[in-house]
Amino acid sequence: MKKTMIALAMLAFGTVHAQEMVVKIGSSAPLTGAQAHLGKDTENGVRLAIEDANAKGVVVGGKKVKFELVGEDDQADPKQGTAVAQRLVDAGVKAVIGHMNSGTTIPASRIYNQAGIVMISPSATNPTLTQQGFENVFRVMAHDGKQGPAAAKFALSKLGKKVAVIDDRSAYGQGLADEFEKAVKAGGGTVTTREFTTDKATDFMTILTKVKSQNPDVIFFGGMDPQGGPMVKQVKQLGIEAKFLMGDGGCTPELIKLAGDAIKEGSAFCTQPGVPLEQLPDQNFKARFLKRFNAEVQAYSPYAYDATLTVIDAMKTAGSVEPAKYLPALKKIQHKGVTGMIKFDEKGDLKDGAITVYAFKAGKWEPLK
Amino acid sequence: METLLQQIINGLVVGSMYALVALGYTMVYGILGLINFAHGDILMIGALVALQAITFAQHTWPHLGALPTLAFGLVVAVPVSMLMGYVIERAAYRRLRNAPRLAPLITAIGVSFLLQTIAMIVWGRNYYSFPQLISTTPLQPVKGVYIAPVQIVILIVSAVLMAALIVLVNKTRIGRAMRATAENHRIASLMGVDANAIISLTFVIGSGLAAIAGVMIASNYGIAHSTMGTLPGLKAFTAAVLGGIGNLGGAMLGGILLGLVESIGAGYIEQFSFGFFNSSYQDIFAFVILGVVLVFRPTGLLGERVADRA
Repeated sequence: MKKTMIALAMLAFGTVHAQEMVVKIGSSAPLTGAQAHLGKDTENGVRLAIEDANAKGVVVGGKKVKFELVGEDDQADPKQGTAVAQRLVDAGVKAVIGHMNSGTTIPASRIYNQAGIVMISPSATNPTLTQQGFENVFRVMAHDGKQGPAAAKFALSKLGKKVAVIDDRSAYGQGLADEFEKAVKAGGGTVTTREFTTDKATDFMTILTKVKSQNPDVIFFGGMDPQGGPMVKQVKQLGIEAKFLMGDGGCTPELIKLAGDAIKEGSAFCTQPGVPLEQLPDQNFKARFLKRFNAEVQAYSPYAYDATLTVIDAMKTAGSVEPAKYLPALKKIQHKGVTGMIKFDEKGDLKDGAITVYAFKAGKWEPLK
Repeated sequence: METLLQQIINGLVVGSMYALVALGYTMVYGILGLINFAHGDILMIGALVALQAITFAQHTWPHLGALPTLAFGLVVAVPVSMLMGYVIERAAYRRLRNAPRLAPLITAIGVSFLLQTIAMIVWGRNYYSFPQLISTTPLQPVKGVYIAPVQIVILIVSAVLMAALIVLVNKTRIGRAMRATAENHRIASLMGVDANAIISLTFVIGSGLAAIAGVMIASNYGIAHSTMGTLPGLKAFTAAVLGGIGNLGGAMLGGILLGLVESIGAGYIEQFSFGFFNSSYQDIFAFVILGVVLVFRPTGLLGERVADRA
């Protein structure tokens, strides 16, 4: 009894005297422009994680820590990406969750590397990111070196051997389309045409007409949903029968909305690194996200959430919020996240990252077995 | 062969949309010598207002039918855009009418940003799905060649509007006043023309056209968003310069030509260059053609040589 009293007294004493330390965590994603819905989704993932951590109370090295979000808008533009990275460094963030697009993440990662700040991208899947030899760069999603071949394997085995490839000339779109094309050729398929558009275009009639003249079985688009949605419509307008396949940039409710009545069951597919939302180990995440932000999970928020809590976990393990101190802990971390077990290989890539193929069915993306 | 025909149709449709927007640019330029860079953004506002009105109509009168609903959207969007055009001219350009030429130009760019920001505040940054009330189910006039009813409507609307504008400018009293104001607005007012009213009217008509163009573009692609005006604005400006800015027929010609060059160019460049170039060069054609035309005909294809206004 006496012991308990002492312990309680010490606890009370401790709480009063422990200084609260404010630790800033940066987030960067496109909050304006065509991909704003995805960027907001990503940022909200970080926000939810920080709110959860603060509500639970995190103690690092004996001090109570309050985390603070510094959210920046990189407009999915590589030039803005580096400017934002510099701003985050100047703001004194201890970790950055982001960026969202490969095109912004790769140049920004150099800046974080020079400043010695840990960066975890929830969604940049271009393989180059982790091949630059930067110690402080991680991602919590399988990269396109895996996604491209997985999409190609699916296309060749289920959809057909003649494939047309389109990309939006962004680091992500181009990288994924290249990996896909390589894997299709290696798998015995033929690439009928390789066409290009931009991540701001709305008219694809010309390139689709060209695609159509070669009569492919599958059209693969490496790009994001603001282009993918209208593209599905124009595929229908030109009377093209080919199946439509996208990577994770198209695996969103938004794509289905934008494609309207042009998207048909059994004719549209997408691949996404990670496990399906319906099969997330933590089934509460979607509901909690909806309740907090009054918005559906689009794509990357569970990954952003995991990335944030992984960093916080590493800080707790290392007993320090300084990137240089908690980096070794982060490299060895085993964090049980909402998307699965987060652990990194020597390059900073997610170990055992899964790829799931989805088909459009009954108004939404259904994971295929 | 089907591919070529399809590319020509694609080019004509895109070209008509450029032309529709270019008409507004060229009208304002013809009267004021001002390149109204906010024109593309009025188009965007028009489309978003129409979207709002159509959504309202679909909820309130669900049995109205597709075409009346679209008509309701236009009936709301066109006056709103007209009012906006009037206010912009009154507030931003009128005071600068006698200022050096660069001042209204910079102001126009400023207005363009302002409108985009306002749209972003009102409607947010999302891409909206625009209801496609004119059917997009393609018809096959020739086997293997497809054109959707919405695209036919776009071709007809832009041709009709251009013809109506030409009649308005060349055959009516208001048109005569417009031409007089374009020549010299001070002298026109000495002759009893209310130059301010005529200039306001030009902006109002131009903005109404922009709203129609916005609704057509949104109906064709099925999307509307706060930056949708930028690219058509830029292309239409190019088309207007190509055809001879200030000339209504020229805007139409420039628009169609630009659409055709883009679509056929991007469709065949790979064959012509033996795989050296590819469709990622689509946007370059417009500007190569523009450069070539301006070298040989600095006033554009149908432009007349006029004394420098500045």
